Formats: sequence, C-alpha cells, structure tokens
Amino acid sequence: MTLDSYVPILFLIVLSTLFAVASIWVSSRIGPRAPTPAKLTPYESGIVPEGGIEKQRFPVKFYLVAMLFIIFDIETVFLYPWAVAYDNLKLFGLIEMGVFIAILLAAYVYVWRRGGLEWVD
Amino acid sequence: MIDWIKQLPGNVIDFIGPEIIIATAKVVLVFGVLLVTTLLVIWFERRVIADMQARVGPNRWGPFGLFQTLADGIKLFFKEDFRPAAADRWTFVIAPVMAMVPAFLAFAVVPLGDHVVIAGHRVDLVMSDLNIGILYFLAVGSLGVYGVVLAGWASGSKYPLIGSIRSTAQMISYEIALGLSLVPIALVAGSLSTVDIVAAQAGTYDNIVLFGRDLNFLEGIIPHWFIVQQWPAFLIFLVAGIAETNRAPFDLPEAETELVAGYHTEYSGIRFAMFFLGEYVHVVAISAMAATLFFGGWHGWNPAFPAAIDWLRWIVPIFWFTIKTVAFVYLFVWLRATLPRLRYDRLMWVGWKRLIPGALVWIVVTAVLNSDPEEVPTSARLWVMAVVFAILLAWVWRGDPRLTALEPWRKKEVTRGTA
Amino acid sequence: MEAAWQEGLFFVFATVITVSAIGVVTARNVIHAALFLVATLIGAACIYILMFAEFVAWAQVLVYVGAIVVLMLFGLMLTRAPIGKYGEYDNDQKGLAAIVAAAVFGVTAWVLIDSFEGVELPTDRVAATTSKDVGEAIFSSYVLPFELVSVLLLAALVGAVVIARRDERVTSRTIDAARREKAREEDV
Repeated sequence: MTLDSYVPILFLIVLSTLFAVASIWVSSRIGPRAPTPAKLTPYESGIVPEGGIEKQRFPVKFYLVAMLFIIFDIETVFLYPWAVAYDNLKLFGLIEMGVFIAILLAAYVYVWRRGGLEWVD
Repeated sequence: MIDWIKQLPGNVIDFIGPEIIIATAKVVLVFGVLLVTTLLVIWFERRVIADMQARVGPNRWGPFGLFQTLADGIKLFFKEDFRPAAADRWTFVIAPVMAMVPAFLAFAVVPLGDHVVIAGHRVDLVMSDLNIGILYFLAVGSLGVYGVVLAGWASGSKYPLIGSIRSTAQMISYEIALGLSLVPIALVAGSLSTVDIVAAQAGTYDNIVLFGRDLNFLEGIIPHWFIVQQWPAFLIFLVAGIAETNRAPFDLPEAETELVAGYHTEYSGIRFAMFFLGEYVHVVAISAMAATLFFGGWHGWNPAFPAAIDWLRWIVPIFWFTIKTVAFVYLFVWLRATLPRLRYDRLMWVGWKRLIPGALVWIVVTAVLNSDPEEVPTSARLWVMAVVFAILLAWVWRGDPRLTALEPWRKKEVTRGTA
Repeated sequence: MEAAWQEGLFFVFATVITVSAIGVVTARNVIHAALFLVATLIGAACIYILMFAEFVAWAQVLVYVGAIVVLMLFGLMLTRAPIGKYGEYDNDQKGLAAIVAAAVFGVTAWVLIDSFEGVELPTDRVAATTSKDVGEAIFSSYVLPFELVSVLLLAALVGAVVIARRDERVTSRTIDAARREKAREEDV
C-alpha cells in the first residue's frame, strides 16, 4: 500500500464539500431574503409552538439500542480481519470465532429475554 | 519560445506527476457523472412510479421530461434560504453537508470497469483500490448518520428532533446487519478490496456436482457471481441497504403523516436539495455495491473484439456494470411504489430479531463450509448444516407470537379457517 | 519526496487534532463539544493512514466516529441538549483536572521520547500492514485479549440492559403475555 490510493479520496472529500458549500453560498446570494417572525418559528403544522426542544423526553430504549449498536459494531470490526485471514487460521480460527460469537450470542439472548429488544410494552 | 510552448503540456505533466492528473480526472469525472446520474435517477423514479400508478409523470421539460429535475434543482437555487430563529447556527449549516459528502465518498471504492491504457499509463477504472475497501464503505456509510442526527437537533423544532432520533435508531440498527452481511463475502473472497472481490467473481461454475450427480449441461452457463452461493447474505444486505438509505418501506424518518417531513422539516431551498441529493446518491451507491459484491461487478459477456473496435473491450464492462446498477435502482423505485411503510416496532423487530441473528448464523455456516476438508470432516459439516436448518425451520415456523397477538384480525381469520 | 509530504501532512493533522481537542473542552454547548471530538478522532484516523495502518484508521472511523460519538449524541439529546450557550460546565475541580491532564501529558511524552528517541520509523511500503496481517496477529499472538474483549462486551451489554430495564419482573415473556391478554380482550 502507498498513500497514492488516498489522493483521490482526499480530492473527492474536498470537491464534494466545496460543491455543497458553494451551492449554499450561491443560493444565499441569488435567493430572496425576507424573513418574518412567523416564518422563522418552528414548523408545527400551523400550531403556535409551545416550549423548545429541551422539554422533549425520549424513551430510554433508544439509548439501549445505541449501546447494543456499539457492541455489535465492535464485533463486526473483529469479524473482518478474521474473515480475510480465515484461510490461514484453519480450524483454530473457526473455534476461536465460535467462542467469541457464542459469548456475544449469550448476551444477545439475555437482552432478548429481558425485553431489551421490545418496542411496544 | 515556440518550442517551450509546445513542450509546456509535457512539462506540466512532468511537474505535477501523471498520478495526480489521473486522480484528479477520475474524481472530477465520477463526481460529475454522479451528479448527472442523480438528476436522471430522480426523473427515472418519477416516471416509473407514475407509470405504475397509471399517470404520465414529468414530460414537459426536454425529451420525455428528462430535464425536469434540472429545472427543479435550478429553481431551488432561487428559493429563499432561511434559518429558523431557534436553530443552532453552525450545526444547521454543517448538517446538509454531512448528509451529502459521505454518500459521494462511498463511490471511491466501486470498480466501474477493468483498466484502460492512456498514453502508456495504466488507468484502473476505480477511483482508489483500497486494501480495506468493504470496511471503508461501511465506515463512510456510518458517517451518514451525522447528517440526520445534526439536522434534527439543530433545527430547534420538535418534529425534526423526534424524526432524527427515530431515524438514527433505525440507521444504526440496520448498519450492524449491513456490516455482518458482508463478512461472508470477505471470507469467500479472502480480501476486503472491492477490486479483488470483483476479480474473484470472474468466470463460470464448472464441475457442478449435486448429490453425486455431475450436471454437465450447466457447465459454463452459471457465472461465478457470489449471489449463487451467498444469496442469504445478499438478502440481508439488500434489506439493510434499503433501510440505510431511509427509503420505502423503511422511510419512517419521513413519515409525513406523523412527522411532517422528519429530520429535514425545517430545511428549505438548496439545503433541502443537499439532503435529497445525498439520499439519491446513497441509493445509487448501495445499488452499485450490490452489483459489485454479489453480481460480479463489471463482469459479463465480453468477447474478444477485432482490433479495429478494440476500444469496445473496456466500454462493454462499464455497460454491464451500469445495467446491473440501474436494475437495482429500479428495484428501489419498484419497492417504493409497492410496499407500505413499516410500523416502527416491526422495523426494529426485523432488524434486531431476524437480520442480525440471521447474519451471524450465516457467517458461521459460511465459515464451516469453507473450512479445510482435512480438518473438518464432511460428516461434521453435515451435522452443522442439519442443526442450523432445524433451528431455522423451527424459527420460521414459529413466526413471532408477539406480532400475531397484536393483530386480532389475523387470529379471526385463522379461527374461521379451522371452523 | 513522499516522506516530506507525509511529514507535512502529519503537522496539518496534528494541528487539526490539537485545535479540536481544545475545542472539546472549551465549547459552551455539549453537542458542539461532541462535534469537536469527531474532528479529533477523524484527525487521528488520518494520522493512522499516514502511518500505513489502514485497518486501524477505518476501524477508528467506524467504531469511534460512527458508533461511540453517536451514542454520546444520543445520550445528550435524550436527556437535555438545548441550543445555544448552556450554563457553565466548569466546576470546582477545574484546577485538579488541569494538574491531572498535565501529568498525563508529561508521562506520555516522557514514555514516548524515552522509548523512541532517535528511532526512525520506516516510511516505505514494506511497513504496510494489511487486514490479513491484523487478523493473523489477533488470532495467533493475541488470542486471550481477543476473547477477553468478548467478555467485556458481554458485561457492557448486561449493564446496559440492567440500567435501561430496572424492573426485573418485566421480561419478553411477561410482555408477550400482556399482549396476548390485550389481543384477547380486543377480540371479545
């Protein structure tokens, strides 16, 4: 590997960001600008908004989902090098990953049983 | 003096280096093509859905209404671009950019064709062949969440916030399934590079033996695409991919009946266009990835052309790649016209209770099937397969009592049937 | 030529990391602090790429930027993340924190300088590690840490469930039964 393969990616990041920023800038130049207090209030289908977003409360389940996501994401990251090196790892690799997946599946079953994956109580 | 001018292009090339010039050309070309493709895909979607609903669809601007999206885009430039008073200034600006850029980045590892030789330089028709291509695709895809989460919060409005929390939970749930569904591909191909994965899908299946019978007549007909042996992974990838793009039937983020327009309710004008652009580029990216990883990428019928029309040799693969990608884009549109939106608890049910365990089981099955025959005897493999299929059958047969219990109508139907 | 580029880019990314790290602690809004953290982590990923550690770089983006900061944003939004400047995040332990931070910096710098002073890291392509190398290393030399990671993840998962679902009597079975009951009532 050389860093050459990252040159196009760097260019692509720069180009697409520039495109987005330039479009927004051009639009802000050529578009009209007539803000009114009513226009700048949050849209709630015509109802006058009551209170800001800091009054919002969300079920803790969303947090649990994000937590589960991290754990399975880390598992995914471990699975990729294993999959690529699988030919060289032989049976040992299979058993090791089997143990790893089994431990995580135990956790998964626990979460399921405790109702962590339920969305309607 | 004149000599100096004549040598100038060569000198400039020598100074900057051909690699940089090739890289720039690739990036500009792919970016431009993607922009045009987005315009065409939006037109395509509107026409196809109109056709499915026995309407005409856009047909005024240009032939078959081809320029309709362009006109819409230009219109959006002239719209007022305002920021709600309650919005967070900088985050509100960053969010549309964060929604658009990652979608484009995913294209960097998609091989569009084989290679071309221009003036002695070998130019691979892929922006950059990264060693960790699939991981890059997933990592860049995971950045797309930021556009949604920031837009919802920065708007300072209730519906966008609810929409963004919901769609973030949806996107991260399906991201796992998406990531796990590609592990078997990496295992079979032995590489994470998309170029290697496409190369591994060259040729056709020979020596097809089914239950000890040699199926000679199939030889050389079935292409060696991963869809043949990895179709369960493909199904998981497809469902998760559709959910990642927030498209129907997983378009809960934009459930207009309950959330106005979801996380981008407060966005208007060109900033709204950025979200729209990001979504469609994402659709094209997932389609291109599905074609690349499961349907042989640019492989297809490509005979040896006579020397006079030798240039067809690198046009034809691009053609095949485009056909496959367009087929998947059509599938996206078709699904949108056909399927109703999922209820949120069912969406989470599919993602967490079916796709993720299914993907994990499939990884284990693929690993066992691809193990060394000397180390893992055939009988052991058969046992593993038997156990897995028994579990799967029991699982599918059982269905989900939680869902059926919620639907009295279904139970009535059952009782009527037995009575 | 390449080495010079590498060095130049290293300083660019190092500046990005430093500036955004300072942003994390000085931002007056928690969400902005989280965004600065994203910039810091992406800068670190760029430095990994400069050091040819592609796998680590993209795993960093996938796990830290794509998951952990998203969890933090989620946590902030689910509890309270008002727009605009929000109160004072400073507290009495500011001085103590500064001392600890300085101590950590000092120790890390001393350890790094002590062990790598005068050592030139190879910048050629031979040093590049592929994901295959990473896999072989994890599954041969570092098997025990790897399996311990799974136990750690198990503990994290159980902990998350215990926090989110305090009532031990509620399980998927009881939810199930309640639903059946509800469906039966509706049926009648």
